[in-house]
Amino acid sequence: MSEKKNWPLWEIFIRSKNGLNHKHVGSLHAADAEMAIENARDVYTRRMEGISIWVVESEHITASSPNQSESLFDPANDKVYRHPTFYNLPDEVKHM
Amino acid sequence: MKAPADYAHLEDQFQARIDAEEKIEPKDWMPDKYRKTLIRQISQHAHSEIVGMLPEGNWVTRAPSLRRKVALLAKVQDEAGHGLYLYGAAETLGAERDDLLDELHTGNAKYSSIFNYPTLSWADIGAIGWLVDGAAIMNQVPLCRCSYGPYARAMVRVCKEESFHQRQGYEIMLTLARGTEAQKKMAQDALNRWWWPSLMMFGPNDAESKHTAQSMAWKIKRFTNDELRQRFVDITAPQAEFIGLTIPDEHLKYNEETGHYDFGPINWDEFWQVVSGEGPCNRQRLKARRRAHEEGQWVRDAALAHAEKRRQRQAAKKDQKVA
Repeated sequence: MSEKKNWPLWEIFIRSKNGLNHKHVGSLHAADAEMAIENARDVYTRRMEGISIWVVESEHITASSPNQSESLFDPANDKVYRHPTFYNLPDEVKHM
Repeated sequence: MKAPADYAHLEDQFQARIDAEEKIEPKDWMPDKYRKTLIRQISQHAHSEIVGMLPEGNWVTRAPSLRRKVALLAKVQDEAGHGLYLYGAAETLGAERDDLLDELHTGNAKYSSIFNYPTLSWADIGAIGWLVDGAAIMNQVPLCRCSYGPYARAMVRVCKEESFHQRQGYEIMLTLARGTEAQKKMAQDALNRWWWPSLMMFGPNDAESKHTAQSMAWKIKRFTNDELRQRFVDITAPQAEFIGLTIPDEHLKYNEETGHYDFGPINWDEFWQVVSGEGPCNRQRLKARRRAHEEGQWVRDAALAHAEKRRQRQAAKKDQKVA
């Protein structure tokens, strides 16, 4: 079973219309990139959900690990001064 | 392997996240049993979509009009797509597609029993869309809020697409029920044969369902089998009445006190018989699946060989340029 070669897994990203970014929609198997795009068209855009497709072989994606999330994201937690609401201004000041 | 105390602590943390309605994503820590339960449920669900194409495919070439034919083709294609979304979700948990298919083809994995019944007339296509997809939607809508992110997201897509399936089925029944005497009879006959198996789709009674309590605690399941079955009967009974068909249950009656329909006992012997492989079409369905898979092997091999050849050619071209 294990030595049998299978079609690799691809991650699929679709732009639903111009002006919006490509968004991850799921994955599928295909022999190569071209076939991944053809399959993505059939699997993920049967109802006009997209106008552009990106495919990336899953093994080429490097992802952060949930174990890292504290060190990666917690430092942003105590930096409220990066938000506009941190600064107190009188109500009389308009358009700011 | 974690020490038991560590494991218990992780499990508590996990349950706390679930209780707080947080979604679990593929790389998050999860109990082995949660992972196993999901792989089992999602792959069974995927198998059901794929096997579900077979009884309907039986009528694609014999649909009574072009309009009915394109609709049925689109529906069967959707089922294939739904199977693929679901296999994809199962793979995020570390399952291999090949192993999942092997489980199906060797008869170790289950799929929804309803697809082991034959489609004898065109009206069966109407009954399947109306009742079988109706029951499936009832099951799937709460799964859109399932605690496992990829499964929930797949379900959102599936539910969006399935509502057309149910409407096309009911429209077929409506047309037949308003047609000639023979057409009406055909519609009634289909309802007679599909009603009880549709009720069985929700699974055993709550008291008999061994997975329900844990799945509810993990928020994989949001309602029990009996709750969903009752909701299905409440919604479907008036729809049958509207098209003048009779649900084959002498006990079916609206109960003013409870605000629900009472209905008769389900033949669970039949259910378990079909689950264990002795339904009218179990062997035929598995044979068709295995044949499709085996006869597709050369296509999968050829596509891989073609991709490999192109890769080599491109690599050779690059080398030439460099040289």
